[in-house]
Amino acid sequence: MSLLSKKGKSTSDLIFDIIIFVLCAFVFLIVAYPLYFVIIASVSDSTLVSTGQVTLYPKGFSLFGYKEIFNDSRIWVGYKNTIIYTVLGTAVNLLFTLPAAYVLSRPEFKARRALMFIFVFTMFFNGGLIPTYLLIKELGLTNSMWVFILPFSVNVFNLIITRTFFETSLPKELFEAAQMDGCSHFQFFGKIALPLSKAVISVVGLYYLVGHWNDFFTGLIYIRDYSLQPLQIVLRDILLANQVFAEGAGSGGAAGGYAQKYADQIKYGVIIVSTLPILLVYPFIQKYFEKGVMIGSVKG
Amino acid sequence: MAFLNPQTTKPIDGSIPSAIVPKKKATVFNTFKRDYQLWLMILPAIIVIIIFNYIPMYGIQLAFREYDFTKGLTGGEWVGLKYFKQFIDSFMFADLMTNTVVISLATIILGFPAPIILALIINQVVWKKWKKTIQTTVYLPHFISMVVMVGLLNVLLSPNSGVVGHIASSLGFDVNLLASEKAFVPVYVLSDIWQHAGWNSIIYLAALASVDPELYDSAKIDGASRWQTIRYVDLPAIVPTMIILFILSMGNILNTGFEKIFLMQNPLNLPVSEVIATYVYKIGIISNQFSYSAAIGLFNTLINFAFLLAMNYIAKRFSNISLW
Repeated sequence: MSLLSKKGKSTSDLIFDIIIFVLCAFVFLIVAYPLYFVIIASVSDSTLVSTGQVTLYPKGFSLFGYKEIFNDSRIWVGYKNTIIYTVLGTAVNLLFTLPAAYVLSRPEFKARRALMFIFVFTMFFNGGLIPTYLLIKELGLTNSMWVFILPFSVNVFNLIITRTFFETSLPKELFEAAQMDGCSHFQFFGKIALPLSKAVISVVGLYYLVGHWNDFFTGLIYIRDYSLQPLQIVLRDILLANQVFAEGAGSGGAAGGYAQKYADQIKYGVIIVSTLPILLVYPFIQKYFEKGVMIGSVKG
Repeated sequence: MAFLNPQTTKPIDGSIPSAIVPKKKATVFNTFKRDYQLWLMILPAIIVIIIFNYIPMYGIQLAFREYDFTKGLTGGEWVGLKYFKQFIDSFMFADLMTNTVVISLATIILGFPAPIILALIINQVVWKKWKKTIQTTVYLPHFISMVVMVGLLNVLLSPNSGVVGHIASSLGFDVNLLASEKAFVPVYVLSDIWQHAGWNSIIYLAALASVDPELYDSAKIDGASRWQTIRYVDLPAIVPTMIILFILSMGNILNTGFEKIFLMQNPLNLPVSEVIATYVYKIGIISNQFSYSAAIGLFNTLINFAFLLAMNYIAKRFSNISLW
């Protein structure tokens, strides 16, 4: 406990530090344990998991669940679709959001206040599900991959974060100097502003990327063709749709219980497989989080 | 005004392209000519917002019209408040309102203080590495998708095979946490806190990081205990952030998350889990009663908007803090 043994501390401070440490350890366990449990349960013998014998480390090592997942074509179709929607979608998001944010950050741009209002108003008021649904239907976007990419490709919250970043971290002198050298807005944006804004591009890019990867609603509402469905819809079918079978009438009988055990191991594996890509990106972008949220919290 | 910087005293060289620097006084035409690159850059965003946000707002009039497939979004016959009356008179109205308000109030009452407390605790951790570890861990669940989150609840809380289900039954709780009316709201709210309290604490941690270190020093000199420092230095520092976030969450009082509730619904908990958002989906998208569900949706939006304005007014009155 090296953190507690600083010399010259009063007893009450020491007690305070201990309380803080215990609280933190509690929070840490509450959040981390379920995640850890999913990992060990996905590689353990399903009978041992379902009878509660797997608690701290894997028991009866088995990759059965993962084998089943690798042979399930639904998952790979979903995976492929989601990767396409995520890559294209995030590219379009950034392509539309970054230049717009740059424009709204230019103090000499006269229409900025009016345009800002048009954007911000949509955060507080919207047409609602049904008019939006009918519009997208009339535009012929239902049952098409473009419904994942084009609608709502500019998120106003991300727009504000980016604009505030451009406003506060691009020095005024830089633009003046570039302007003296005959640099146009296109050039200044592409060659100077963007390379200096890696932090905000990472944060906003991550928000968009996670949004696409986790998008379940669009598939649910607008897609009928199963071959176009994203991963989240496939996951719903695997994780939740056999719920009745798992918990209901079947679980009493031997056959039901048998199938249920395997179903659970597959579920643990699916949770890992589907969340893995995000967990892989997470450490790289994590350092920008606080910065990103801090910029965003500056009132627009 | 003109693009010339007033601080630059010497006249700008004429070789600079006119796209950026106007030679004459700025007129509308002149600024447009000067700013055409800026207009081009913002155009895609404007188009997307107008099509997907403003056209549906225009389409809200559907709530006052009889939807007609042949005449499109706004061509149906005007029926006034017919569908609003139908909703208020319907047997579902009381249940939907109760469920929606109960779920969202519980989420606000328990979910609002959680990140604040968490931030205050994390902020007290002296050991850098441990602090970083906790932060990394508690932010993580925020990135789990709703489907996986509910799937996680299902496997962990299952009374037959889940680890939490086992613990609950060994403690004598004889409830199926997934399929009972009593457990639905607690499971919904607590899992929501589990998933988002860490992430939501970032903004408070940022506010705490910007506290003037001199304040801590003078508190120390005055003999304040650590607890008193939290009470009299840390807490006041995050009050403005708290108020803004509280106004925003009150503006969403009837916006319970559709996805999570929809995914958690089953026939056994439906009496307490049917909310306005899921009902609009079922009536509108599944049963194609477009005008009726648009009216319910608009009713929802208007109440939210009213709450937002009211909370903002109150906050402005008492603390001089306001959204705009």
